Amino acid sequence: MDFITILSIFVLAVFVGYFVVWSVTPALHTPLMSVTNAISSVIVVGALIAAAAAGSTGSKWLGLAAVVMASINIFGGFAVTARMLAMYKKKERR
Amino acid sequence: MHEVAQTPAWVMLAYLFAGVCFILALRGLSSPESSRRGNWLGILGMIVAVATTLIHHAPRPYETAGCDSAASFLCTSGLVNFASAEFAEILAALAAGAVIGIVTARRIAMTAMPQLVAAFHSLVGLAAVCVGAAAYLNPAAFGIAEAGGLIHPGSRVEMGLGVAIGAITFSGSVIAFLKLNGNMSGRPILLPLRHLINLGTLVAILALVGYFVTDQSPWVFWTIALLSFAIGFLLIIPIGGADMPVVVSMLNSYSGWAAAAMGFTLQNSAMIITGALVGSSGAILSYIMCRAMNRNFISVIAGGFGGGDAAASGAAAASDRPWKRGSAEDAAFLMKQAELVVIVPGYGMAVAQAQHAVREMADQLKQEGVTVKYAIHPVAGRMPGHMNVLLAEANVPYDEVFELEDINAEFSRADVAFVIGANDVTNPAAKTDRSSPIYGMPVLDVEKAKTVLFVKRSMGGVGYAGVDNDLFYRDNTMMLLGDAKKMAEEIVKAMD
Repeated sequence: MDFITILSIFVLAVFVGYFVVWSVTPALHTPLMSVTNAISSVIVVGALIAAAAAGSTGSKWLGLAAVVMASINIFGGFAVTARMLAMYKKKERR
Repeated sequence: MHEVAQTPAWVMLAYLFAGVCFILALRGLSSPESSRRGNWLGILGMIVAVATTLIHHAPRPYETAGCDSAASFLCTSGLVNFASAEFAEILAALAAGAVIGIVTARRIAMTAMPQLVAAFHSLVGLAAVCVGAAAYLNPAAFGIAEAGGLIHPGSRVEMGLGVAIGAITFSGSVIAFLKLNGNMSGRPILLPLRHLINLGTLVAILALVGYFVTDQSPWVFWTIALLSFAIGFLLIIPIGGADMPVVVSMLNSYSGWAAAAMGFTLQNSAMIITGALVGSSGAILSYIMCRAMNRNFISVIAGGFGGGDAAASGAAAASDRPWKRGSAEDAAFLMKQAELVVIVPGYGMAVAQAQHAVREMADQLKQEGVTVKYAIHPVAGRMPGHMNVLLAEANVPYDEVFELEDINAEFSRADVAFVIGANDVTNPAAKTDRSSPIYGMPVLDVEKAKTVLFVKRSMGGVGYAGVDNDLFYRDNTMMLLGDAKKMAEEIVKAMD
């Protein structure tokens, strides 16, 4: 992919983000933060590449450290979001 | 252009799929019903992204041995080497993170959510720095090396920016965590000449990123990282505790931009899409928080709000005006007679862990036939949506909880406004007193209710903004002095 293609993806994604986030109900702003936290750990992709690559020991260990950190975030972020979302209940109608 | 190894189409499609899943995960949060499915879509996207990377970049000790193109799936996927020691290490790293993450997520108290989110942000930031450093040390593995082993100049800019934003996110989030967790005073810490120091450091970082293009020596790279760690600390220490909703949202935004910058370096669409989503999400939340305080972003970031002097003078003025004190019995009697009670929770409710007692009180009232509603100010608490989560935890149905714009008109119909742990967000001076530091801030019109019951620890303290609240001295206000949780429990008892 050349730079312009990547930039196009980025700019369009910012616009998508803008509209999607404005539609989030304020009551769910805390789960929004925790789930964005979890998905921004997609940076694990870079960490995995570094950890798997041969050629530099320093790079490999930095990669493994980043895998642990991103993994904490992924599992912790999604789990705590699920825990919060499970608490939001409607009024029981009798 | 870059001398980048051709990425197979299925890999690019898989990352695109992951990106779409993340968009849908956020889209799901538009209502509580769809949100749970959204979270699962997010998890699905993450599984796809991780699995794709593991297959595509699995350790290949026998690299290039017979693998000359992307022609053979088995060859490029490296499936044959899944049994390697490197792969075991990666799985162990993922598993270690999973255990720590899940245990933390299960054990954490809901009142501690702001700290947890700050801690998570710091991890994203540090992970971004590590990935950036790894890419710097081993550019060939990331496909960003030029023929001579040097890093492509364009990639150097992206890498430098990614590491800088990641480092700022890390150190800023650590300070935010310490302040939210109470390890560090919530008071702003003001260094002399701080604006000059901060500006100088920022300019130096940008200049170094520019210089990095011409010279990729290690000292340039590591100085960028070090200066960025420093500026993260410096930026957050002057910001006071109640401005934390803005800070936490801002750091949320930064963690997204860091991921996006790394996505540029790695030419990975999942990272770019996600980074852009998270970046704009955090930016919008910061904007909403600033608007709710009627302050501009720059002044919040410049810090220093809620310092000691204003608080002292406010407290002095408080002592000499007449006010009415009520008891739990008075409050119980008033509320039982009411038709509509609006409960206004604030940070004080979170500190006292009073949400369950408040819900019990509301249950009692509902049994007496009273309508109970909750009114939430956008900046109540220490992070966006903080109060909503606490009330949800206490089993308050979310359709009884209203945002400022939706409930403000109802206060004039309400018989009782029950303010618990909130202060500045109810101060009528924000509407009338031009000299007040909170003038212009949208507030809850609690004074329009027939009676205001105001739960407060003592008459001495003032709210975060350090201003006296006119509401305390109104004829229709009754002060209920005491711990928020105890007071709510006593009211429940008095209702029987």
